[in-house]
Formats: sequence, C-alpha cells, structure tokens
Amino acid sequence: MNTLLNNSDLFITGFRNTLILFFFAGIFALILGTIVATLRVSPIPAMRAAATLYINVVRNTPLTLVLFFFALGYPKLGLVEIDFMTAATVGLSLYTATYVAEAVRSGINTVPVGQAEAARAIGLPFTQTLTLVILPQAFRAVIPPMFSVFIALLKNTTVAAGFSVAEAGAIRSNLSERGEPAMAGLLWVALIFVLLVFILSFVQRKLEKKWKVAR
Amino acid sequence: MSSVLFDAPGPKARARYRILGVVTALVIIAIVGFIVLRFAQSGQFDAKKWQLFTFPLVQQTIIQSVGATLSAFATAAVLSLVLGVFLAFGRLSDRKWISLPCYGFTELFRAIPLLILMMIFYYGLPPLGVQGITPFTAVVAGLVLYNGSVLAEVFRAGIESLPRGQSEAGYAIGLPKSAVMTNILLPQAVRSMLPVIISQLVVILKDTALGFIVTYNEILFQAKYFGSQAQYGSPIIPSAIIAGVLYVGMCLILAGIAKWLEGRMRRNVKVVKVTKSEIVAIEG
Repeated sequence: MNTLLNNSDLFITGFRNTLILFFFAGIFALILGTIVATLRVSPIPAMRAAATLYINVVRNTPLTLVLFFFALGYPKLGLVEIDFMTAATVGLSLYTATYVAEAVRSGINTVPVGQAEAARAIGLPFTQTLTLVILPQAFRAVIPPMFSVFIALLKNTTVAAGFSVAEAGAIRSNLSERGEPAMAGLLWVALIFVLLVFILSFVQRKLEKKWKVAR
Repeated sequence: MSSVLFDAPGPKARARYRILGVVTALVIIAIVGFIVLRFAQSGQFDAKKWQLFTFPLVQQTIIQSVGATLSAFATAAVLSLVLGVFLAFGRLSDRKWISLPCYGFTELFRAIPLLILMMIFYYGLPPLGVQGITPFTAVVAGLVLYNGSVLAEVFRAGIESLPRGQSEAGYAIGLPKSAVMTNILLPQAVRSMLPVIISQLVVILKDTALGFIVTYNEILFQAKYFGSQAQYGSPIIPSAIIAGVLYVGMCLILAGIAKWLEGRMRRNVKVVKVTKSEIVAIEG
C-alpha cells in the first residue's frame, strides 16, 4: 500500500496517459476500422484488395514492431515532428483498426440476408444499404467482439511504455529510480488493470443487454 | 453476405466502378509512392545504410535472433496448449473447489497486460530472491500464463459447443468423466476450434516481440541494436523493414501450415460447425 500512496503522482500520471492513449486510439481505430470494413465489402475489387492487404499485413506484424517504427524510425524521415505520445496513438490506432475491421465485418455477416435484399429492393445504392440498414444492425451484434478488441487495446497501451511514453507500463522504471520494490509497484499496476478491464466488461454487459438484437 | 449488399452492376455502374477502381489504385500508389519517396529522400535506401546487413556475421546474428524468437514461440506454444487443456478441464469440473480457482485464474491472467506479466517475472521476482530468471524464462512464463488462459476459454467453448449426445454416449458405455473428456470431447473440440487455436498461436508468435522490452535477445532487440550503429548511418528503418519482413513471413507461414492442417483434419470427418461470430467473440 505504501508503494502506491507514496508514489501516487507516478501512478496518476501513468494511468492518465494510459487512458488518454486508450481513448484517442480507440476512437481513431473505430472510425478507421469501420471504413476499412466498408471497403472490404464494397463492390469495387481494387478497394476490397487494398483493405484485405492492409488487414493481412498489419495483423501479422507485432504491435511492438509497429510502435518501434513510429517511435524510432519515423523521426528519421524528416517529416512533421511528433512527440512519442502522438506516435504511439497513431501506431495503436493503425494496429487496432484491423481488429475493429474484422469485428465489424463479422457483424455485417450476422445481419440476415433479407435486410440487404429489402434495402436493394427499395432501390438503395450500396453506401445507403450499408450505412442506413446493415451497419446499425451490425454494430449491435458486434458488441462482445468489439469490447474484446478494446480490452486488448487497453492492455496494449502498456507496450508504448517501451518507447518512452510515460504511461502505466513505465511506472516500474520510474519507481526503481526512487528505490521502491519493483514487485509491489508491478502488482499495483496489474491490479489497476484488472479493475479497468472489469469496468470495461461491466459496460459491455450493460450495452449488450440494452441493445440486444430482438429477432 | 458481401455479394448481396449490392446489385449486379449495369453498364453505367460498371463504368463508375471502373473509374472508382482506378481512383483507388491511384490513391494507394500515391500513398505508397510518398512513403517510398520519403524513404529515398531521407537516404534510407542508401547503400551505406544497408551495408551492415551484407556482413556474414551480422546475417548470422539475425538468423540466431530468428532462432531465439522461434524457440520462445515453440516453448510457449506447447506449454500454453497444455496449460489451456488443464484449465479448461478444471473449469468444467463438477467440484466447485476445482472449477472456481480455475475460473479465477483464467479471468485474472486474461486481464493483466502481457508486458506487465513479463515485467513481474523479469524485474519483480529476482529482488525477492528467486534465482535463475533469464529474459527467456520471463518471456515464456508471461506468454504461457496469458495464452494458456485464453486457450482454456477456447477449449471450453469448443467442448461446450459439442452436442450433448457425445458425452451422454460416453457415460452410457461406462467411461469415467476423465475418459469422456480426453477421449471423446477434447479431440472433437480441438478439431472444431482449430482456426481459433491457430490464430492464438499467431498471437503468441507476435507477442514474443514484447521480449524486446525485457531485453530478450530476439529479432526486434537485434534490429534496435543494428539500427543504432552510428558508423553505418544508424540504419533503424532498414532494420525495421527487415524485422517486419521476417515477422510477416513467419506469421504467414504459420497461417499456411494451419490452413493445410485444417484441410487434412477436416477430410472425411464430421466437424461441428462453429459460427464465425462465436470465433471472433473469443478471439478478440
């Protein structure tokens, strides 16, 4: 307990940065992932191919490597300078977006075929079929897998600590500079993560109940 | 499903699709071209930056680091499959004092970030007097605890998705519960959950890269080392490219093996269909 209370400043900044990363990367990943999923089911072969290639390449690359590139490689390219926090957000978003895209696509597959057929029968074009009829229904069905993706994202933010972002995963090295026992600090970090994941799964159950698909 | 989302294109729609297809291709070429151009302009393709990787000794080191990644992956994969089976059996046990701890164990280790687990082993245990923690053991222990818990859920879902008749038939011919589990339910569960199990193995392979942060001497660790060699122009991007090609290649090979294995195992065997959404729900 002392480790937590004496160093509450470290824990608070660490977890604040974790939550900021989680929040922004989550929103960007949700938007980008939905767009990629839309491209993957679009009638245009080039768009389908591009989305599939993006998903296959990024899903087979470790997140550590993605962040490695953004944190260490990107500054060498002489483009707009960004801080590590932004770089980590971009990396996490690009990585998580592929998982969001797969979840949304599987959700699209759960919507009964009749829905799309009915939409086409009243003359809706592809974009309207998708945005007005299919996606609203698909999003209800993907709540459990989507929350697994977000829980994974929350845990993945710790990887950013390996690349100079002062977030929860970096608490240990800061603690050891102050001479605190590593184990106590790490166990507190682990416990707080367990609590955060518990909160997320609680929200998931609530939303699932609220938006249950009535068929 | 995707084919029912739009009508068969008529002549006008076909022309529009063709234009959009060309536009998409142009946009992608522009993005990729910009990245490549940027690489070239900032000198990432200069011979000087790649020279380091032409030395036989460097190539040997890279091969060794691939070996380190693969050995961590193989050890962790085997052990987490074993742990997963045991935890799944534990959770399905009729005895509360077995099933509850197993439930708690899987939930706990699925909630702790893998990197924190590895750090607990690598930085947390030695000060408490635990001997013989190497980066390898820390990486493998973290991977096994996390992926074993995930795989336990996969096995459990697979066993529970089997028709009840399977276990009833087993009990009817007088098998004890352990035999029903190992001889009847598990083989079928493994077969029906094979795609999920394999994708979890790909996750293990990818997560070995976290070993980089706890100083395990694997691909990314070497990549950073070579990338910081100033006398060769700090080739951090070339080494990231090499690491990326290695990882994507290994994962694709693993996925290819999985596909082949799946085809073989499914031949002439009735497999309980697990719907895609169930798979995604567990995978996440």
